[in-house]
Formats: sequence, C-alpha cells, structure tokens
Amino acid sequence: MFQSDSNISRKKPTYFREHQEALYKSLEDKHATVEVDDSDPLATRMTLNMGPQHPATHGVLRVLMELDGEVITKCRLDTGYLHRGIEKMAENKTYQEFMPYTDRMDYLSPYSNNVALCLAVEKIADMEVPGRATYIRMICCELARISSHLLWLGTMIMDAGALSFFLWTFREREKLYDIFDEVAGHRFTVSHSRIGGVNNDFTPVAEEKIRKFVREFPDELKGWHKILDRNRIFVDRNNGVGAIGHEEGIAIGLAGPSLRATGIAYDIRTFEPYMFYDQMDFMVPTRTEGDNLARYYCRMEEMAESIRIIGQCFEKMPKKGPIRVDDAKKSYPSKDEVYYSMEGLIHDFMMTDTGICPPAGAESYHAIEAPKGELGFYIQSDGTGHPWRLKINSPSFSNLQGLETILDGEMIADTVVVIGGMDPVMGDSDK
Amino acid sequence: MNIEIRDNLLQDIREYMGEDLLELNLEYTHPLLRIKRDRLHDACRFLKNTLHFIYLNEIIGADRFTSEDRFEVIYHLISLRNRQRLFLKVRVEEENPVLPTVTDIWKSANWNEREVFDMFGIRFEGHPDMRRIFLPEDFKYYPLRKEFPLLGVPGSLEMPNTTPDHD
Repeated sequence: MFQSDSNISRKKPTYFREHQEALYKSLEDKHATVEVDDSDPLATRMTLNMGPQHPATHGVLRVLMELDGEVITKCRLDTGYLHRGIEKMAENKTYQEFMPYTDRMDYLSPYSNNVALCLAVEKIADMEVPGRATYIRMICCELARISSHLLWLGTMIMDAGALSFFLWTFREREKLYDIFDEVAGHRFTVSHSRIGGVNNDFTPVAEEKIRKFVREFPDELKGWHKILDRNRIFVDRNNGVGAIGHEEGIAIGLAGPSLRATGIAYDIRTFEPYMFYDQMDFMVPTRTEGDNLARYYCRMEEMAESIRIIGQCFEKMPKKGPIRVDDAKKSYPSKDEVYYSMEGLIHDFMMTDTGICPPAGAESYHAIEAPKGELGFYIQSDGTGHPWRLKINSPSFSNLQGLETILDGEMIADTVVVIGGMDPVMGDSDK
Repeated sequence: MNIEIRDNLLQDIREYMGEDLLELNLEYTHPLLRIKRDRLHDACRFLKNTLHFIYLNEIIGADRFTSEDRFEVIYHLISLRNRQRLFLKVRVEEENPVLPTVTDIWKSANWNEREVFDMFGIRFEGHPDMRRIFLPEDFKYYPLRKEFPLLGVPGSLEMPNTTPDHD
C-alpha cells in the first residue's frame, strides 16, 4: 500500500538551495522515516515512526502514528525494547536476591520498589517489622517520590521548551542522591531495604541532611510555582493538551497522578493504608481537568505533601530501637553477629542460601503508591525460598496503555509534551 | 477494608454464581474467587455492572505445571465505591488454551491480555489486537512457561552482528 518517497512533491526552496537540499537528504537518511500514501494526492496522510531512539520518549518507547496533516488520527505504541524478563528471573532467585532487580525497574525511585517487594514478602510470610524501620522506609519512600517527580518536572518542562529548569531540578536531585548515598551507601540503585526491616539505621549526618532538605525544599518549590503557574507559554503549551475524562481514565486503567488529575482520588496510601500512612495527616491532590496542566499541579502538590509527611515521620519516629526483625530464621542477622558469633554466620549463610520461605500454596497481593502509581507484587508461593510466580503490577505499563488512547486526536507537536506529562519509565513498563 | 461490605458483596456473588463458584479464599486480606471457565464473561459483566468493579487493574497469568488445568488467569478488580479489591481466577487447560476476552467490558484489559498471551500463550478470543506485547512476533516460545529455560533458547531470534568485521 505504501510506497517509498520518490514522488513526494516538495516546494523548491528559494534561498540557500544547496543547503536545503542537503538538509532534506539528511532527513531521508535519518531514523525517522516518512512514507506517503499513493491514493492521497495532497499528501496530508502519512505514517510517522517516532522512536525507539528518541530523546523525548524517555527511554525506548516507539510510537507509530498515522497523521492527517498535523493531527494524529491513530497511534500505536510499541514497547518491549527494555524487556529483561524480570518476572522469570524472580522465579529463580530468593526473595532477598531479587531485591537489586527491583531497583532497575523504575530506576527513578528505586527505594519505593524495594519497599514494595519487602512489604509484599512480609505480608505473605506474615512478619512484623519494627516501628523505626517502617518510619525509615516511609521517609525514604517519600524522598524517592520527590526525586522521581523532580526528574519528571525537569524533563517535562524541557520537552515543553525550557531547558534551564532541568538544571534546577537536578540540583535538588543531587541533594537527594547525597542523602541516599549517606543512608544506603549507594546513590542510585540503593537496595537499602531488607525483608524484615532495613539494612542500617540513619547516621546522624544522614538525618541532618534530610532535615536540612525538608527545611529548604519548600522554598525551592515555591519559586518553581511562581515561575510556572502563571507563565503564559507554559500554560498555553499544557492547558487542554492530552485531556481525558474520569470515566475514560478509569476505563483505560490509568494509574497514579495521571488518574488523580482526572478527578479520581485513588491513592493506595489512603485507599488501603500500608505502613503508618493511616496515622499521617496529608492530602491527596486531585484535579478534574485531566489534561497535562492538571497532571502538573497534582505532582507539584504531591511533592509538598511528601515534605509534610517526612516532617511528621520525624516527629513520630521512635528515637531508638531495632531496625530489623530479631529473628534469624526470618531476616538477616546484623553484621556484628555475623562477624563475631558462629550462629550469626550460620544464619547469615542460611538466609543467603534459602532465605525466607512463605507457606506453600499461599497467594497474596500487596501494593504501594509508588511515585508513578500503584506498584503491586502478586506472589504465589510453593513453600520454597523462591516465589513460584511473581507478577509485577507496574504503573508505567498502565499509563502507557492509556497513552495510546490519549494521543488519538492530538496534534503531533503535542506528542512529546503528553509523553512527558504521563511520565512513563520504560524499565518499569517493560519489566 | 470493611468486612461487612465485603461479606455482602461475596453473598451477592455466591447467589449469582451458584454452583459455578468453585473456590473462595479469604485467607489473605483480598478475596480470591475461582469460577468455572464458561461463566467468565458473564461473571465479569455482572461484577462490573451490578457490583461496581469498574476498574480492572491487571491480569495475571500463572503456570501451575500440572497435567490438567495447567494455566491460571487471575483478574484483579477494584471497586472504588466500596473500596474493595477482588481477585477472580479461572483455569485453562494446556491443549488449546483459549479464554473469552473481556476487552468489551474493561478497555484496560487490552494490553494486559496481550501480556498474558505473550508470556503464556493463552489466546483471548475476540480480542481486537492479539499481538505479542514485549517480545517480537518472530519469537516462537512463551517465556514464562515453566519449561522455558532461564538462559533462553540460543538462536531463537536473529540478532545483528556485534562486531564490525562481518558484513
């Protein structure tokens, strides 16, 4: 049906002819290929292939669009370029061994993924986690949320045309990385959580750094609100772009801030509170417009709420206490025990070799509110140290599915902004 | 999670499904139901239209590795009005694994069903776009089936050369 582009009629350039022709030639050679339908004499309908190597697709997303002039009549998303078979790997690893793989799913908020896995395993294995460990997890999860939203803010506004924002948000992210470096010993892929607690307690330096961040960040956020909220270019670029109603949003299964921007206050932290979120005082920001601007407001307000939650955590957190379950059959012993006692060493070895074994035939699901939406683990156990089946319910997958519907009828120039506003992470979606 | 609401919901489901409700597991916070395969589409319609499970969150496939009813497909449903989650399970046999699609009930089943097909080879009858979602169409295996080796099948996909000497 399609034919190569030898018969595209181009207006002959008036000025700089050689330069223009060279430019067209280089476009033909480039990865984005343009095909023209023969039965369409005005050549307004075409198929455009965007990605998988495209800086605005936030990874390796491929979008195939059929255009009518500037309007996308229909589009298809091609995913799977980052498929690593994480679920298959999970079936061949102990639960604790699988933890570092979760870091690499949604690599912008590794701490949330660790905690999601830990909570799911703790639920199926019926374990209680000490209070201080839970508060440490909550604080770090909220920091991860801020970190993820900061990256979204930087890249989304970069997609909309303002480059310097990226530098400002990355300056703040750098502080968060320093905090994670101090807390977990890693900047990016933290793997700090352990089944039954966390690896190590906050050091005084780490605590001071977090408190400093909590003190200073709201001012920064206020400044950003000031520069964006009434910014003509930014608002015009986002208002009404990629809009979707709440019924449609539910029907296509959106998750997280994208769903809340349509007016549905579905947040696992209040829908089904886990950890100590039921004792926290915070709001779930929602909007009703369902467009890109609404998603922007939701995420910005969420960052402010996260700061509030961290503050409350510090108030309520027990000053001292264990940070891991004191049961060597269920969780790793502390390094002191491992180095200085025989039993500790044996237990450490056993934990590494077999790990925790949930009862045979158990099936359970646990979800947390990750920065991008509901992140859940469905685990089926056969009584060994490996899960029989571990299904990851990832928010980016749900959101990308929605993107296929949202992009229909949009202008082609808005594609990039809409993708930026949905904030997909391909590592999360492709598993 | 309100126990009273949950029990009312389950009572409604029990009445509607009757004998076809094969298993009801309340051990792990979220109710897990197993129903007869033939009633799947009917049950989904009932759950959505009467009991307000309007949000299909995901579809989970699983390989039980048994000689009969080998595969399991689990539908994860949420009722926002009653703040309830529900897991609905059906089993599929190994020979000719086919299920009716639920894309006409929940639009979000589209990609989820494609994922189950990609990983387990369970076909969904009536699905508008039954392609693999992660792996390329040229790939002839279903990787999450238990007999698929962890290291993959060498030569199953044609890969480009990694060194410049060729070609």
